[in-house]
Amino acid sequence: MKQDLYAIYSIWLREMLRFFRLKSRVFGSIAMPFFFLAFMSVGFGGGTSMPGISSGVGYVSFLTPGIIGMTLLFSATFAGLSVLWDREFGFLKEIMVAPVSRIAIVLGRTAGGLTTGILQAVIILASGILMGMAVPSLSGFLLSLVFMVLIAATFIGLGLAFASKMKDMSGFSLIMNFLIFPLFFLSGALYPLDRFPDTVRYLAYLNPLTYGVDGLRYSLIGTNAISPIADLAVLAVSCVVMLFLGAYLFENTEVK
Amino acid sequence: MKNILSEVENNGESQSPVVQEEAAISMHDMTKEFGSMVAVNHIDLEIKKGELFGLLGANGAGKSTIIKMLTTMLKPTNGVARVWGHDVVRERNEVRSSIGVVFQDPAIDGMLTGRENLDFHGRMYGMDGPLRRERIDEVLRLVDLSDKADIKMEDYSGGMQRRLEIARGLMHYPHVLFLDEPTLGLDAQTRRYLWQYIHNMNREKGVTIVLTTHYMEEADALCDRVAIIDNGKIVALDTPENLKDMIGSDSVSLEVQSGAEALIQSLQGFSWIKSATAVNGTVELKVDHAQQRIPEIMQEANKCSAVITSVGLHKPTLEDVFLKYTGRKIREAGGSAGPFAMFHRRKR
Repeated sequence: MKQDLYAIYSIWLREMLRFFRLKSRVFGSIAMPFFFLAFMSVGFGGGTSMPGISSGVGYVSFLTPGIIGMTLLFSATFAGLSVLWDREFGFLKEIMVAPVSRIAIVLGRTAGGLTTGILQAVIILASGILMGMAVPSLSGFLLSLVFMVLIAATFIGLGLAFASKMKDMSGFSLIMNFLIFPLFFLSGALYPLDRFPDTVRYLAYLNPLTYGVDGLRYSLIGTNAISPIADLAVLAVSCVVMLFLGAYLFENTEVK
Repeated sequence: MKNILSEVENNGESQSPVVQEEAAISMHDMTKEFGSMVAVNHIDLEIKKGELFGLLGANGAGKSTIIKMLTTMLKPTNGVARVWGHDVVRERNEVRSSIGVVFQDPAIDGMLTGRENLDFHGRMYGMDGPLRRERIDEVLRLVDLSDKADIKMEDYSGGMQRRLEIARGLMHYPHVLFLDEPTLGLDAQTRRYLWQYIHNMNREKGVTIVLTTHYMEEADALCDRVAIIDNGKIVALDTPENLKDMIGSDSVSLEVQSGAEALIQSLQGFSWIKSATAVNGTVELKVDHAQQRIPEIMQEANKCSAVITSVGLHKPTLEDVFLKYTGRKIREAGGSAGPFAMFHRRKR
């Protein structure tokens, strides 16, 4: 047990060292959501309201929680997929041969991904506020942190599940284009869900990120399309399911 | 619950002397198939405690697959193996606690320094701060990297990376250390240095060491016993000396300017001369312990006034043994063996 706690800390610490040592990675991972936030809100006129968005809520306020969801989706999936990098560069063997439970390895990675993901999400939140988003209340901010943790954990589990089944990095762009981007566009991050045609909207309801973005909007700007309790419940279930799936597949992965 | 169960099992084992095994590693009927390819083909093998054991074979012979099954990285398709008394499938954590591994390809994080890599390792093996620092300093000194400890490992040379990996493998005082091609792609000087180091670890610390290699000299210089692996099977298993003895006597070739016939006739009178033949002015002798007989041969040449211009001595090597058992030379057998093998090692 003590050894497993050491292992979780050790893996988390490594993620931190790697993250902060590669300055280009810090900027690189935050740049895309930042540009999305900046150019979309400028293009659509940050302060003005849009059709379908409840009156009095500017587009910047509406968009920022969506972009926070995007930041978490990308950084968390990558954190899960980083097993692939370790496999490619050999370090996975050093981790897998250690006498620690596979669950501890998964938890260490999850802790690392959560930390870096939420850090980036908070930076995006601050950027949104600087661009004119209404400042959330403290309780709203704290509630949004809960949603951030659940979103990040869900997609770390997803990334881990894929990484455990993939032999190398060749499938990476497939995952990028056919999984991550559709999840992003189908989450209502950029515009309200009722702008979607019915069939597409039903697809969006299958997407955990939809509930995450809605929950973030509820906690940060006070508007929501789904009940926040439902958001919380769906996300909590998807988070547990995805983490178990990721851990199960990772447990059975072989290292060639 | 799982942990409690395995602890109970452990206690049971340590209390009953019956289960105490003499072998560090035992394999029975071990097989690994990848699809239709049989990488390891029904292997039986026992490695004793304290032994420095070598698996010798060409690339693709199945050595690394054996190591990966013994280190719990791959599940065997068939058969059972125990490492330090623990089953490699059912008691993976116990096996992992007993072993240290240096894999064929580097398994380091190049973005971390040497010390950080060791620190990571120490925590993964449950060492607390003071113990970790003590062991890190100790193993860094052993491999002579103390002054390079705080450099990022991507800036290390291949030899330095290898030394640090070996240091790391020893940091938690394993019972059995696995070294998969420990000197692949290293220069001759670093290789000799590592040999010395591996030898000392085995003799002074009593660590059981299993290494794989496709360098004949390496197996010969280091190992107590060698198993020659070919196509996933053990084709020969013995001490390097015994293996070479199976090949037969040493050969001595003498280039003789004149008097070859007389020399051969007089040499044939000695019991220690196995055969003596002349081919184009070169006399070929088969002799046991040839280096001790050469002075006598010279004396005999003087007696019968034969003029010798040069002497050559060839002792059987493991290369000859390998050739005998596999029908080809090891350099021909392997895909990427030889001078290009170093490019196989990836740098982060």
